[in-house]
Amino acid sequence: MRRPAKPGRLRQMLTRRTILLAGLQAGVIGTLGVQMRRIAVEQNQSFRLLAEENRVNIRLIPPVRGLVFDRLGKPLAYNEPNYKIDMVREQSGDPETVLRRLATIIPITEEDIASALEEMSKRRGFVPVTVAEDLDWEHIAAVSANAPALPGITPELGHYRIYPQADDFAHILGFVGPVSDYDLSQTDDDDPLLLIPRFQIGKNGIERRIEKPLRGKSGVKRIEVNSIGRVMRVLGREESQPGANVQLTIDNRLQRYAMERLGKESAAAVVMDVRNGDIVALASAPSFDPNKFVRGISTTDWNALNTDTYKPMLNKTVTGTYPPGSTFKMVTALAALKGGFVKPDDKVYCGGYLELHNRRFHCWRRGGHGKVDMHDSLKKSCDVYYYEVCQEVGIENISAMAKELGIGVEHELELPAVREGLAPTKDWKKRRRDADWVIGDTLNASIGQGFVLASPMQLAVMTARIASGTKISPRLVNAIDNRPHPVKGREPLDIDPEHLDVVRKGMYGVVNERGGTAGRSRIRKEGWDMAGKTGTSQVRFITKEERARGVIRNSDLPWERRDHALFVAYAPADNPRFSISVVVEHGGGGSSVAAPIAKDIMLEALELSEDMDYRSLPTDVRAGRERPDDKA
Amino acid sequence: MSYLEQNIRTIPTGLSKVLYFNWPLALLLTAVACTGFLMLYSVSGGDIERWAQPQIIRFALGMGVMIFMAFIPINFWREISAFAYILGIGLLVAVPYIGETRGGAQRWIDLKFMTLQPSELMKVAVVMVLALYYDWLDERRVSRPFWVALPILLILLPTFLVLGQPDLGTALLIMAGGAIVMFIAGVSFWYFGIAILSIVLLVTGVFASKDTEYQMLKDYQYKRIETFIDPSSDPLGSGYHITQSKIALGSGGLTGRGFMQGTQQRLNFLPEKHTDFIFTTLGEEFGFVGGIVLLALYGLILIFCYVSALSNRDRYGSLVTIGVGTTFFFYFAVNMSMVMGLAPVVGVPLPLVSYGGSAMMVLLIAFGLVQSAHVHRSR
Repeated sequence: MRRPAKPGRLRQMLTRRTILLAGLQAGVIGTLGVQMRRIAVEQNQSFRLLAEENRVNIRLIPPVRGLVFDRLGKPLAYNEPNYKIDMVREQSGDPETVLRRLATIIPITEEDIASALEEMSKRRGFVPVTVAEDLDWEHIAAVSANAPALPGITPELGHYRIYPQADDFAHILGFVGPVSDYDLSQTDDDDPLLLIPRFQIGKNGIERRIEKPLRGKSGVKRIEVNSIGRVMRVLGREESQPGANVQLTIDNRLQRYAMERLGKESAAAVVMDVRNGDIVALASAPSFDPNKFVRGISTTDWNALNTDTYKPMLNKTVTGTYPPGSTFKMVTALAALKGGFVKPDDKVYCGGYLELHNRRFHCWRRGGHGKVDMHDSLKKSCDVYYYEVCQEVGIENISAMAKELGIGVEHELELPAVREGLAPTKDWKKRRRDADWVIGDTLNASIGQGFVLASPMQLAVMTARIASGTKISPRLVNAIDNRPHPVKGREPLDIDPEHLDVVRKGMYGVVNERGGTAGRSRIRKEGWDMAGKTGTSQVRFITKEERARGVIRNSDLPWERRDHALFVAYAPADNPRFSISVVVEHGGGGSSVAAPIAKDIMLEALELSEDMDYRSLPTDVRAGRERPDDKA
Repeated sequence: MSYLEQNIRTIPTGLSKVLYFNWPLALLLTAVACTGFLMLYSVSGGDIERWAQPQIIRFALGMGVMIFMAFIPINFWREISAFAYILGIGLLVAVPYIGETRGGAQRWIDLKFMTLQPSELMKVAVVMVLALYYDWLDERRVSRPFWVALPILLILLPTFLVLGQPDLGTALLIMAGGAIVMFIAGVSFWYFGIAILSIVLLVTGVFASKDTEYQMLKDYQYKRIETFIDPSSDPLGSGYHITQSKIALGSGGLTGRGFMQGTQQRLNFLPEKHTDFIFTTLGEEFGFVGGIVLLALYGLILIFCYVSALSNRDRYGSLVTIGVGTTFFFYFAVNMSMVMGLAPVVGVPLPLVSYGGSAMMVLLIAFGLVQSAHVHRSR
């Protein structure tokens, strides 16, 4: 119940004091009004003068972009000086006249003048617009000498990004390019540097994903300029902070070797250190030259890159996902062992196909393998064994095992568009395909066909996890500014070590035992034995009629309908150091095409491994110098 | 006619409350906010999505909250005053543990859909709890030392918590808002006199002790205080801001350069151009006239608050209304003084104009209280 309002003394006091308070506040408001009048009206002339004639100006000092090195300290991205001429419209009075005068001193064309004028009309008056780039020091000196006749013109020192390894690191490093309106609309980054026209930012790869640390922090220069834009004095200067230096886990020698070995194929190869997850090579072929993008790529080159059916711009190692084919059999085998659905010695009869609900599921070998146990099923890559086993195991167990081994889950890598792959479940099919899971789907998944998808990087992770028995995660960046990135996934896998041993022995058999599918790619060096698994994944459906007629040989098919060739491996078998995955798009058979490539790269990796420790970064690499002080 | 009957007649119920809203006040708030939208649009260089649009959405949301609060009897707000205060203190204590750090100070709690600044909420909560206190307190005890000490503690607790964040500007606003409620409630002039005198003595004492063997602060602390008071001693830091904002204001002249015609784009490089220093853009583009119009709008808001408070015989309602009005006054007075070089640079936004969700939300919640007190006032 509300109390009646208190009458009397306090009520009066409240009224009196409120009026007093209001009076005081009115006084303050009045003072504010008077001060505003003093500034805006009475001192208007002098402030207007300050604003327009003798103005204080802020110039941003762009930071020098951080460098990128490989694990051996070899520079992969650095900066070269680039002398250029900037122009500020509001300081130049009549831009066109000034530009014509400038054209008599340095080599610029009519087109350059026209595009500079257009650029300036789009930007606000105070924004410097680059008129000419890539000039000699003599030209810069000439412009400086003629500064009084060229109001608004400033010689500047910019930087070009150089990628000395060109094609080899294009997918890993990406490239930088001028910030675009689209970039600005996509980011909530309010760094004023982005407002500088043609400011270079990372557009792809590491350059894009580690953009902020690499970019550094801008400095500010406060200068007083007179009415023609001449710098009267520098009031203050806050230096820019150069971007952070990044060290990758990649070994440039192995990367180069892998790129060369992949050659003209449309293919990907990933080499990972199974002990710590370091990715020592991440090769995607064909590639392109990122340096072309830095200086502005020509339309012809751009179109060529985009229409190429081998997709050179695509980073196939992490963005490409493929049906893993028989390389997925380790997953099915481990899932079966884990659930106790099968013992390693249990035998399955393979007659070349399995009939289920009036549908035949074929083994790759028409005549069949006869009786096979788990070891042989891996060694000979028998499909029927897995068709039989997987029916009891069920897709949920297979999918869970795939995720445990790193397929169908996200891996944190400092690259754009790292795909998750797919370890399908019943629920997934219901949600995404709006259809019920059928047993045929499980059969297909058990041999890595159907819905299963994995990236080459994930296959390398899977192999590394099987080899090491730990949940090791891939690592691409070793350190940013000497702050190391941690190794993730040292904890053991949730898999019985004995089960892993069965699978490892099977993989050993694939390469080193009679009848193994990759016997031709054996490493014949004591203690360097490789254990692996071939895979050949179909990209087309083979009909009954076609089978009756005789399956068309791969080499007779058009390229884009041929099988993918895959191979995963680790070595040395008894003390694993590296895992590798090789995928050759539409390359044909895993054992004939992918395994030899993998063997060669693995051999190279093992040979280089003794000299693969991290080295500290060199300090003498040119990061680009500070721009010369103000010659306006 | 009995008292009860009169009460039923004069206190509106249901939807008819809409007719009893303080509509002029709501309109004035909207007018000020619209000025803000225009300025944010101009500062962003014509990019509505950058600042203006989110600000419009938040203002609409805040107005909804205000209208909703107005429907709820002021008695309800009176009942939860103490709870609001305790909640505010709890959040302030929790901020170092669950808060986010921005600009070096921990002040924010991330609520996913918006960020909450507990120190902003505290400004309203302190006004509420003090109004409750003086509504409850017996008339004869108002100036007794014990009953004066109690509210001082209520004010100092959150003040020191906010000071520790550290956020000097907000701490001062909380203290000032609380002191004004005490003043209006009728606490004897003597206490205020003593308080002011002791502050003056303390400050002179601290400065007098400088360079003597009794020096109370470290040298760098003195230096920090000096640059705070006189920014021109640090021309590249806050002094630079003041020079730039005065140039922008001053170049506007009587009527300004016109909407979107501001040239002092160098402010583009100041991070605060859309928050604390937005008044400079108004001054440059609409000149003296634009500035005075905004100042007049603010003044009118105050007048409507005080008229409502004086015509309200409910003590809680009056005190809250005056407390809110005064807090609002401190906001714009401090901000404008700072921009015009009359006061040191402290981070206080221009109310309803500066970009920022937390401050606007809290202000509109506060005006929701004012509206509720107005609708349900006992005449």
